Amino acid sequence: MTRTPRAALAMLLLLALGAMLAPALASGDPLAIGDVLATRLLPPGATDVTGHFHLLGTDRFGRDLFVRMMLAGRISLLVGVVGSVGAGALGVVVGAVAGWWGGATDRVAMSVADVLLAVPRLVLLLVCAALWRPGVELVMIVLAATGWMGVARLVRAEVMGARGLPYVEGAAALGVRPARILWRHVLPNALGPALVATTLGAGNAILLESGLSFLGLGIQPPRPSWGNMIAGGRDLIVSAPWVAVAPGLAVVVTVLACTLLGDALRERLAGEHGESLAARG
Amino acid sequence: MTYSVPNSVPLLFRRLAGAVGLVWLVLTLTFVLVRVAPGDAADFLVPASASAAEAARLRADLGLDAPVAVQYARWMGAVLKGDLGVSFARGEPVTRVLAHALPVSLALGGLSLLLTFVVGTLVGIVQGARAGSKLDLALTVVTTTVYAAPSFWLALALIAVFTYGAATWGGGFPAALRFPAFGMTSPAGGLSGAAATLDLVRHAVLPVTVLAAIGAAGIARFARSSVADLIGQDFVRTARAKGARPARVLGRHVLANAATPLIVLFALSLPGLVAGSVFVEGVFAWPGMGRVMLGAIGARDYPVVLGATAVYAVLVIGANLAADLVLPLVDPRRRA
Repeated sequence: MTRTPRAALAMLLLLALGAMLAPALASGDPLAIGDVLATRLLPPGATDVTGHFHLLGTDRFGRDLFVRMMLAGRISLLVGVVGSVGAGALGVVVGAVAGWWGGATDRVAMSVADVLLAVPRLVLLLVCAALWRPGVELVMIVLAATGWMGVARLVRAEVMGARGLPYVEGAAALGVRPARILWRHVLPNALGPALVATTLGAGNAILLESGLSFLGLGIQPPRPSWGNMIAGGRDLIVSAPWVAVAPGLAVVVTVLACTLLGDALRERLAGEHGESLAARG
Repeated sequence: MTYSVPNSVPLLFRRLAGAVGLVWLVLTLTFVLVRVAPGDAADFLVPASASAAEAARLRADLGLDAPVAVQYARWMGAVLKGDLGVSFARGEPVTRVLAHALPVSLALGGLSLLLTFVVGTLVGIVQGARAGSKLDLALTVVTTTVYAAPSFWLALALIAVFTYGAATWGGGFPAALRFPAFGMTSPAGGLSGAAATLDLVRHAVLPVTVLAAIGAAGIARFARSSVADLIGQDFVRTARAKGARPARVLGRHVLANAATPLIVLFALSLPGLVAGSVFVEGVFAWPGMGRVMLGAIGARDYPVVLGATAVYAVLVIGANLAADLVLPLVDPRRRA
């Protein structure tokens, strides 16, 4: 089983590397539109009239799809990672505070979580896209603001469970301040499930971003993202299917890698901590 | 649920009170979001040519000049009376707009949910019962990949194959394998009885397939791991050792224990289905809630956007409530 997560991690690193390097290695400006009539909608593997080779073909403006896909990968991967890590960090903080102090703080925090969980995440994203100007920053902020609840519940449960354990009482008896006990002793033990949820959340965030951009409510063209590239290939699905297929495959591969990585992390944690963690989502 | 209600109150009422409280909080959240966002309703309704005095009068008519607390109270009062305001774009009550769209989405979602669970659970059981086999591995590859695919992208792929490809490839597919990609009914109309039903079913095949495939992949992944976990437990070995038939071990001992988390998942999968249906309705042009929502966002039609959000929330909260109430019937340990 250890081969699968390694392959997943390698795939993600390869994509990230490609996203960083490919646009720089490409000849010319990847957003520039040249001789449209001569270079548009070339199939994968074609060489255009100027002698440029196009691994994945070209889109309707004659732009190289591989370069654009890697350029889009920068934004899609960035939004997915920042969105899910932001959500994970927020969840850890809220869960730790709620679980450690309990009482009114806990009730307020968990009520807010209940409210946000009652509205489908995509609907919250759509509402925010309607109320504010869509863009990279908005998508990242809203992904973080709507994705923390699962992590918060996991961390809260871990922290609450740890509150009465001997090592916490021991630290308190030695005169360690409560905030320090939480930060140095309790929280490190609660981070495992949060890491699993964040890894799986990254895939989810990338799916949501591609969906919003597909609908025209996320990343705005000419800035490429996998979602808006699929939207660009929507009416070419018969005459030039590669335009929509390539960015879609990029989403599938990325989300698949995140899922496999998250699953493997969870199995590993379950092995270390016994059965109880295995059932958690 | 985190509301502290005395234990003496029957469970049903405590759950109901919690659900109503949650709906109220969601409505409050939507109110706050609109107030926090830049601009207000009058910015969209007042024509650019209007004078400052006219704009002020319209603000007063809409009640936007009142203190926020008063606006909140008025709005809440209206919502309690079942009044979600008037659509900016269409000029008709939001409740009427949503009443047209909701049955379409419920039918689409309900059918998909049913297929999701039947197919997903069956695949998961087959995989879990033969965990580690070649069939299990093959199905895992399929479910994990479908689970990772964007719904709108799958929808486009199905349209390319079963609508356009079916018309041309190899002289065209047989009629039974060609499906329309747009709308709920044929634009020509004039159909009645069985022909109209068949027309509707043919239009439903592709959207339902997309939603059910993605949903079933998720459920199968979950059902597989819970069945595989349960099969390794001592009580299953005991049941086998005392000579129970394999089918009885699976049904009576394994599935009875896997049912509880699956019912919880049934409720939890509703938000995902809703999200999927927004895309699917968008791509296939089905006149449901998702399409209404997308249209309203494009037109900055806030009353409709917020009304649809509230309806989505009620659906999710209702599904959770239903799961809470059904669980004790299935799981004796939850009968308190």
